[in-house]
Amino acid sequence: MTATFVDYGAGNLRSLRAAFERAGAEVAVSDRADEIASASFVVIPGVGQAAAAMEALRERGLVDAIMAALRGGASLFGVCIGMQLLFARSEEGETAGLGLLPGSATLLAGARRLPHMGWNDVEPVAAHPLTAAFPATCYFAHSYAVQDANPRCVLASTPVEQGGFASLVGEGRIAGAQFHPERSGAAGAAFLRSVVSWAGDAA
Amino acid sequence: MLRKRIIPCLDVSGGRVVKGVNFVNLRDCGDPVEAALRYAEQGADEIVWLNITATGEDPGVLLEAVERAAEQIDVPLTVGGGVNRVGRVRELLLAGADKVSLNTAALARPGLIEEAAARFGSQCVVCAIDARREPGGGWRAYVDGGRRVTDWDAIAWAAHAVELGAGEILMTSMDSDGVQDGYDLELVGTLCATVNVPVVASGGAGNPGHLADALEAGAEAALAASIFHDGTHTVEETKAACRARGLPMR
Repeated sequence: MTATFVDYGAGNLRSLRAAFERAGAEVAVSDRADEIASASFVVIPGVGQAAAAMEALRERGLVDAIMAALRGGASLFGVCIGMQLLFARSEEGETAGLGLLPGSATLLAGARRLPHMGWNDVEPVAAHPLTAAFPATCYFAHSYAVQDANPRCVLASTPVEQGGFASLVGEGRIAGAQFHPERSGAAGAAFLRSVVSWAGDAA
Repeated sequence: MLRKRIIPCLDVSGGRVVKGVNFVNLRDCGDPVEAALRYAEQGADEIVWLNITATGEDPGVLLEAVERAAEQIDVPLTVGGGVNRVGRVRELLLAGADKVSLNTAALARPGLIEEAAARFGSQCVVCAIDARREPGGGWRAYVDGGRRVTDWDAIAWAAHAVELGAGEILMTSMDSDGVQDGYDLELVGTLCATVNVPVVASGGAGNPGHLADALEAGAEAALAASIFHDGTHTVEETKAACRARGLPMR
């Protein structure tokens, strides 16, 4: 299974790449629309700011490439900002997202301190191949979150002082994690193995 | 529930982990990549890597070492020391740092925090502050590894850094650092009551109970170096002591 990382110029792909390789995937990093459009497993890494990330994807023609990959039956997995971009819009820089899942990323409400930084519970709310590693604690570093997702696409959630947010989402061949699996110790590693297996099952 | 964090700190000089008392008298404590891996395995919630002699060293050597550490460890890595421009922040993030800590250069030019936060997001911008108690009360911010005083009140500077976009404050008490007699809990409490971002307490850990004290005083994370480097106490033992006090730990 080759995971094709969408390189939109935001940086730090190194640790995520190493973690995917430890989970048994081969990793290709690409900013070329033709390569991404023909990939069978596309990963949107999560670094930077939502509006800047969407702009960088559009500039490189990668939004269309991701859509083309999905039409071709690819699996799509987003991490952190990459997960937030799966939704209709993000409040961070006021941008439209990819619009693949219903909901939006907004400034995280109910947390005593922002950014929401550190290890928190990922609690499964649905039976799904991607929730086998949970419940577990995973590492988060973000200020925006999806709190209005349609429950049908929420696979796991994470509590803050008041309420919580969607920390693992998925529908069909599309999934995303708000936490950083590459920085979540053994739980993150187990989760990434399930992600690689999930993507492989469809291919 | 968000867990409190225990963070071993690697002060790195000439490619080696070093530790001093009150910021001087440095001694060798081993290879930083090995140390980072060892602490991650012991259950460290994050690793802080501070390059403490940033001038005169080949920056490529540091980046290469950070790359090796970032690829191998599976907990977050914060890197700082001598970061004086936004291009350097980008280089460290590309090398695999999850967060970059700014100190002296940010006090000289606070716009650096603003630029870094706008470009990379607040979640990866840490403002590190070295603070010393003032005879008349309060704390003063120092720069250049504690060698030079500034005009800034340490708490006021922390609040300003947060306004500019810093996503975390790493506050080191110079009075307590290396003395192993406990954190400056008044400094921790005052800072936590002032800013709304996570606070990392640093300086003064001599035993696991000291870290628990700092977390109880409101810090989201407690950072320590000597007690872990010397093998006096392990990270796991420290977390167990915190758990025994009812603190939420991973």
